[in-house]
Amino acid sequence: MTPFLLLTTLLPLAEVNRLWYSLPLLVSISLVYSATRHELMAPILRNAAWFAFWTMVVMVGVGALLQFMLSFIR
Amino acid sequence: MPSPAGEETIEVDLKTPWKAALLAFLIPGAGHIYQGRTGKGILFAVCILGTFFYGLYLGEGRVVYASTTNPVGNPGKFIERWQYACQAAVGLPALPAYMQAWRVESGEKPLFGDNFQRPPYTPQDIATIYRSEDEILEARTDHLTTNLLTKNPDGTDQIVYHANEGSKWQHDHAFYFELGTIYTVIAGLLNVLAIYDAHSGPVMASEDDDKSNKDDENKAQGHGKS
Repeated sequence: MTPFLLLTTLLPLAEVNRLWYSLPLLVSISLVYSATRHELMAPILRNAAWFAFWTMVVMVGVGALLQFMLSFIR
Repeated sequence: MPSPAGEETIEVDLKTPWKAALLAFLIPGAGHIYQGRTGKGILFAVCILGTFFYGLYLGEGRVVYASTTNPVGNPGKFIERWQYACQAAVGLPALPAYMQAWRVESGEKPLFGDNFQRPPYTPQDIATIYRSEDEILEARTDHLTTNLLTKNPDGTDQIVYHANEGSKWQHDHAFYFELGTIYTVIAGLLNVLAIYDAHSGPVMASEDDDKSNKDDENKAQGHGKS
């Protein structure tokens, strides 16, 4: 199975995943938060990208931790 | 006032800060546009209003207007829908809900028809809002058949009766009601940041400046940390 075909099989799963709803929030929060720290657009965007990246890292980390803890319950 | 250290050392004219803060509260981004900070104003407007209206769309227009009462008249009941305290920070788009809740609580019909940003009715609301017997009968029938009753959308016979209209809204929109509430609450909280920015400039500016100034001073005096 080619990587592309594998990706297309996962698409329906991606569509129903409720986590997608966190993306617009992530973008919005990152931009507004960064805009309150800087005045010019370039640093705002740079800071927002950095902020969004680290927020994602933390979210994925917490998700992985919860999944790990869940394995003890099952 | 000075902006964060580093690449940007520009002066920002905050004009009349309280006026900018008031405008930023009423319409997100308007305070910044008033100050001539157009780029930031548009960014705040798009992000905050976009989040707010997307949340409203997800909750099919009900998540902000589900507030059952005003906090002044009945604080205990207001806590049932405490999220409105955050949503109200978005300003004009959320304020009609307060006005409509106030009117319904006072026994007045909501303004602009029966469906404009009004709170969920209770049977007591129906009795106090509508004056004549015919009006009350018609409204009660309508309330029972449409406001409190959910039929399965697939045509099967299962019927769900709700204690009040607010419960029906939550039941019918389910996950999206909660999601829409979260979006609109976050939009309100983000506008608090924007209001502060309109009033006082970039929030970390002075601290960043102070820190970098102190670092520079320490380095110059040979006390800099390695």
